[in-house]
Amino acid sequence: MNKALAAAVALMACASQPALAQQKSIKIGFVSTFSGPTATIGNDMRNSFELALDHLDRKMNQLPVEVVYEDDQQKPELGKQKTEKLIESDHVDFIVGYIWSNVLLASLKPAIDSKTIIISANAGPSQVAGELCSPYFFSTSWQNDQTPAAVGRYMNQKDVRNAYLIGPNYAAGKDMLAGVKATFRGTIVGEEYTRWPDQLDFSAELSKVRAAKPDAVFVFYPGAAGVQFLNQYVQVGLKGQIPLYTAFTIDETTLPRQGENAIGIPGAQQWVNDLPNDANRKFVADYKAKYKASPSFYGAQSYDAAKLVNSAVVAVRGDIARKADVIKAMEKAEYASVRGPYRYGNNHFPIQNFYLQDVVKGPDGMPVLKTVATIVKDDQDGFHGKCMLK
Amino acid sequence: MHAEVIVLIEQCLNGLQFGLLLFLLAAGLTLVFGIMDFVNLAHGSFYMLGAYFAATFAALTGSFVLGAVLALAATLAVGMAAELIAIRKLYDRDHLDHVLGTFGLILFFNELVRLVWGPAGMNLPLPPFLSTSIEILPDVYYPAYRLAIIAVALAVALLLYIVVMHTRIGMLVRAGASNREMVDALGINIQLLYTFVFGVGAALAGLAGLIQAPILTAQIGMGENILIVALVVIIIGGIGSIRGAFIAAIFVGLVDTIGRAFLPELFRLVMTPAAASALAPALSSMLIYLLMAVVLVLRPQGLFPVDGK
Repeated sequence: MNKALAAAVALMACASQPALAQQKSIKIGFVSTFSGPTATIGNDMRNSFELALDHLDRKMNQLPVEVVYEDDQQKPELGKQKTEKLIESDHVDFIVGYIWSNVLLASLKPAIDSKTIIISANAGPSQVAGELCSPYFFSTSWQNDQTPAAVGRYMNQKDVRNAYLIGPNYAAGKDMLAGVKATFRGTIVGEEYTRWPDQLDFSAELSKVRAAKPDAVFVFYPGAAGVQFLNQYVQVGLKGQIPLYTAFTIDETTLPRQGENAIGIPGAQQWVNDLPNDANRKFVADYKAKYKASPSFYGAQSYDAAKLVNSAVVAVRGDIARKADVIKAMEKAEYASVRGPYRYGNNHFPIQNFYLQDVVKGPDGMPVLKTVATIVKDDQDGFHGKCMLK
Repeated sequence: MHAEVIVLIEQCLNGLQFGLLLFLLAAGLTLVFGIMDFVNLAHGSFYMLGAYFAATFAALTGSFVLGAVLALAATLAVGMAAELIAIRKLYDRDHLDHVLGTFGLILFFNELVRLVWGPAGMNLPLPPFLSTSIEILPDVYYPAYRLAIIAVALAVALLLYIVVMHTRIGMLVRAGASNREMVDALGINIQLLYTFVFGVGAALAGLAGLIQAPILTAQIGMGENILIVALVVIIIGGIGSIRGAFIAAIFVGLVDTIGRAFLPELFRLVMTPAAASALAPALSSMLIYLLMAVVLVLRPQGLFPVDGK
């Protein structure tokens, strides 16, 4: 009799709370670069992701959150291995991260084949926005071409008639230069792709720029290479002569080592540290208090990724086995993004504003990034038409 | 002056500067290889340490030149210490053990730098007199700092030449490169000579690193990529030969720079711009290895093999 009663109680308990039975925690894998010259970017992303979890009391819909960080060393083959490890041996529910487009492109297939939701907190290669798009992929950043396209629009506003483009020879470098060319109406007098990531001396390229005498130079060099390029641009005396326009070359991870050299050099970005919304003010202030440094856009995108995952986990009441519902919830982007509200396109890339940013002297004399104007509103990438998703 | 001529002059200077830098790295590497028959993969670590020491000492003393001199002394000391503590135990083993042992040293030094200086890297700002451009010919401007690199590296090459060819120590070094056992048999303290040569090699690598620091910033692992190129240089030049290293380094520097600068234009003459911009960077980064392959086929001992090997 007692046994039957106990069974009945157990049955009732199961019936009343079906969702809580299977999910004990939310497990997230985080792939980024934590060693080598670009480790500062990975650290900024991890710090911001941890800060977001702090803000969520390290719980999503009452379920504790567990994060496994993996170092891709900026190598595509290693990123793929780490992604497979997270899926097959850690059994993570979500994978977040990816600074580099070539690393993301290599890592995409194992995630999508296993139907693991993968969120890029930075890389936005054109292929993933177009023919390789997938319901399991989301971006909290941008498609690579969008930011340089905004720079191209700004160059039009400044009546730049001809420009010289320089970038690294890998997936993102090609997207970035294509992005400028898509909007810039002047002529391109030269185009250089340099060996990536090991070419750090740009003397040959800078000599060609000087000889070509363009109205402007556009450059894309993320991370440490941005420090080296900018410092060499100043050393050869080009800064005062030929205006430099940038995408992802000056940010809070590079600025301490670019210093005065970066002052007055414009760039475009979907997030700048001074954007006036409450979520952003809290993010920037708490980051500074916790880490004694300023967050970069890499961090802002990682912070958003944590909040996006949380919004979906809450929407399905913790039952993340309902993948289709999780994806539907994420598509709504119903969370307080630090860039302000945005929508998702059919390819799961944000439709969002891009701002003009400039480097000025801050109150303590140190250079800081600041928003100057909105270059383009509600911009959608140019590859969503090639994506089969509706 | 024609724009094309100006570009050509500038690119030759760029190539010369890169080549001389490679020479500073390759000189130490080839000496150690030639005299001790020792493969030192950790040579790039001294290059990195030179950069970090210079950035630190320049910040402490407020003087670029003083920082550089102190950094040289510090890398010499670290190099000699590494030889006494670790390298010495490896001489009697075979080359594979050298490679494994010194690869371990690379990991050790990278981690050491991370612990001491942090992961972010360091800047070495140039003094104002070096951070301008100089008009070397009418309409040809060249950064003063890169000219200074060329001058310093040429001076060091000359000094090395005089020391190796016209002093007693140099005679021992040359003798050691040709026939180690004979030098030992003649009662020379070969251990001391080894420590000295290894330290000087490390200091030369440190000099290359501190010279590059203002251009590239000091970074963890900065010595690893350039070490590969330095190995190419000593293979082309002939192992153990300083003269070979000098000529091969300048040759490699010029080929790499000129290839990077002019291959895209050359390819655009015969193919579509898209195909040219896809192919040219790939080929120009392979040029020096192609060069090495050709030299190995024609002269397997390198261009200037040391006699008696």
